Amino acid sequence: MKVAVCLKRVPDTTTKIVIGSDGKSIDENGVKFVPNPYDEYALEEAIALKERAGAGETVVYSLGGDSSQETIRTALAMGIDRGVLLQGAGSADGFEVAKTFAAELKGGGFDLVLFGKLAVDDYNMQVGPMTAELLGVPCITTVAHLTLANGAIEAEREIEGGIEVCTCSMPAVLTIDKGLNTPRLPSLKGIMAAKKKPLEVRPVHVGVGTLMVSSLTLPPERLAGRIVGEGPDAVPALVSLLRTEAKVL
Amino acid sequence: MTTIMTQAHPYLSDVHLALRDQVLRFVQDQVIPVGEAWEDQGMVPRDIFRRMGALGLLGIRVPEIYGGAELDALASVVLAEALGHSTFGGFTASVLVDTDMATPHLTRYGSDAQKAAWLPSIVAGDTITAIAVSEPDAGSDVKSIRTRAVRQGDHWVLNGAKTFITNGVHGDLYIVAAKTALDGKASHGISMFMVEKGTPGFRVSRALKKMGWLSSDTAELVFEDCRIPVENLLGEENHGFYAIMDNFQNERLVMAAMAVGEATKAIQLTLDHLRQREAFGSALWTIHGIRQRLAKRAAETEAARQLVYHAAWLESQGLECIKEVSMAKAFCCEITQGVVYDCVQFHGGMGYMRESAIERMARDARVLTIGGGATEVMFEEVAKRL
Ligand SMILES: Cc1cc2nc3c(=O)[nH]c(=O)nc-3n(C[C@H](O)[C@H](O)[C@H](O)COP(=O)(O)OP(=O)(O)OC[C@H]3O[C@@H](n4cnc5c(N)ncnc54)[C@H](O)[C@@H]3O)c2cc1C
Repeated sequence: MKVAVCLKRVPDTTTKIVIGSDGKSIDENGVKFVPNPYDEYALEEAIALKERAGAGETVVYSLGGDSSQETIRTALAMGIDRGVLLQGAGSADGFEVAKTFAAELKGGGFDLVLFGKLAVDDYNMQVGPMTAELLGVPCITTVAHLTLANGAIEAEREIEGGIEVCTCSMPAVLTIDKGLNTPRLPSLKGIMAAKKKPLEVRPVHVGVGTLMVSSLTLPPERLAGRIVGEGPDAVPALVSLLRTEAKVL
Repeated sequence: MTTIMTQAHPYLSDVHLALRDQVLRFVQDQVIPVGEAWEDQGMVPRDIFRRMGALGLLGIRVPEIYGGAELDALASVVLAEALGHSTFGGFTASVLVDTDMATPHLTRYGSDAQKAAWLPSIVAGDTITAIAVSEPDAGSDVKSIRTRAVRQGDHWVLNGAKTFITNGVHGDLYIVAAKTALDGKASHGISMFMVEKGTPGFRVSRALKKMGWLSSDTAELVFEDCRIPVENLLGEENHGFYAIMDNFQNERLVMAAMAVGEATKAIQLTLDHLRQREAFGSALWTIHGIRQRLAKRAAETEAARQLVYHAAWLESQGLECIKEVSMAKAFCCEITQGVVYDCVQFHGGMGYMRESAIERMARDARVLTIGGGATEVMFEEVAKRL
């Protein structure tokens, strides 16, 4: 079982975000970066699949600057065998990122390539499916349950109001939803072993693409609540405000 | 999470930083959501030791051949500081007594046979350890302990009482200090013994009710003609006092680091509160007097933190550091008192309510200047070396 996981370094969702002076990127000063939480489910699945198979290899790929090495080390500490840093600036255009990954993964002999279902920084959900297309392999997105048997994949996706079961053959690309597993914390042994695991750095050039971010704004601050009255008497005023102001009715 | 806890530090290696991240995540996921129930039960569940064991957190200082990571004093400090962020001082104390106060006696002075017999199960979290030095009539003055151990053939026979012993109720292996010689210098006649739970003549006489650290079990122990095999003597006969003094360095470092972790977390919780709590038309955090005082507390905490890192670095380099460790123990634990006092104050009435973390943290913090070398005793150690 040979599994690749594509991993993105993202700001911790609990970090307070400040927009940079250019108005279209975030100010990275003092921001804590973590592995994209959905990618952690993918990492856990890759490690567990290899453990269950009893043999194979797990490889983590990350596109980014040198600081992404730290993120890769976290994956190695969890138990991934080796890492590859695709060293270069990413692109807002998911297609360019997918092209970069596909070029690296092609010919790698992977049975499975796993992505998180989305990166919590840009919410694009594109790179996984596009990479699958470029590699010419099937793709199942937002996998919440997974069974492998004799080279066939059966995956469950949580869709609106129910569960969809999909099947495809290997090799394939899967994007992973939360709930598939519980990602392990790296053990201290894992952390120490990670230092000695191979981490290859390969400079890449990612195209600019056709999609640009033109501006970023923070969500408006939440307004203070208001009490419109008490008891049944307040109902008409409340209904009217819900219609005219909140526009939810 | 505060940015302080994500910063690099010249004394910390990549492994130290990754360890800090790991412990912070562990307490966030597996301690903070459930710690309240442990406070009610008066002890932490054994399972939490096993889970920490599986992550390698109980063997940081233990040699690799026994399943440990064989890291240095800075790693202990990183562990203690990050555990301090759990807001449950009792949990933190229970773990650190096991990893950094009791077990080091075995790691440093145990024979190969003793280490092979016990360390693997301690590292796994299956065996919980306790250190029993203090007695009803001997605390700061370790030399004056009265528990006696008398050699009878292949056994040592222990008689006496110990008190204020952390992990005293659910401990499996107790490292016990007892007098083995009454003639000559008082410091010379003490030896250390390993006593297993269930040994005839040894019992936990009562669990003690405390002001804070509610999730750690603190007990009184009694030894009545408790016979233990001669193999359970730990280290050299009559050299126990020196072993205790040696070990105090590590104990004091982790207590200082735990204090700094707690102070940092208390300030962070208070800041969160002040930012969202409004009075007189704006957030409390806009009030000059409050900002100034909390900023001062933050500065003190950061200074304390650098001192404990420095003392731990000296220790990790094998350099003389009794003065610096004593300073760190006294200073970190003392400034934490002021920090939690102000943090309760700035929480207003909520700071006095059992449902707020800061109320517990204030109670928990009080013991820091007493246990593991009281402030006055620490400053005496400093004064002797000025
Ligand atoms: C919650 C808790 C957990 C504990 N866990 C353990 C444990 O696991 N194992 C263990 O062995 N012990 C444990 N202890 C005991 C702890 O180490 C002692 O309480 C501590 O050493 C102080 O001793 P004492 O209580 O006898 O106070 P005393 O020694 O009586 O001191 C009383 C006061 O006198 C001051 N004083 C004493 N000597 C001097 C001096 N020379 N100069 C100036 N002032 C002085 C002290 O600073 C203190 O303020 C624990 C204590 C507590 C409260």
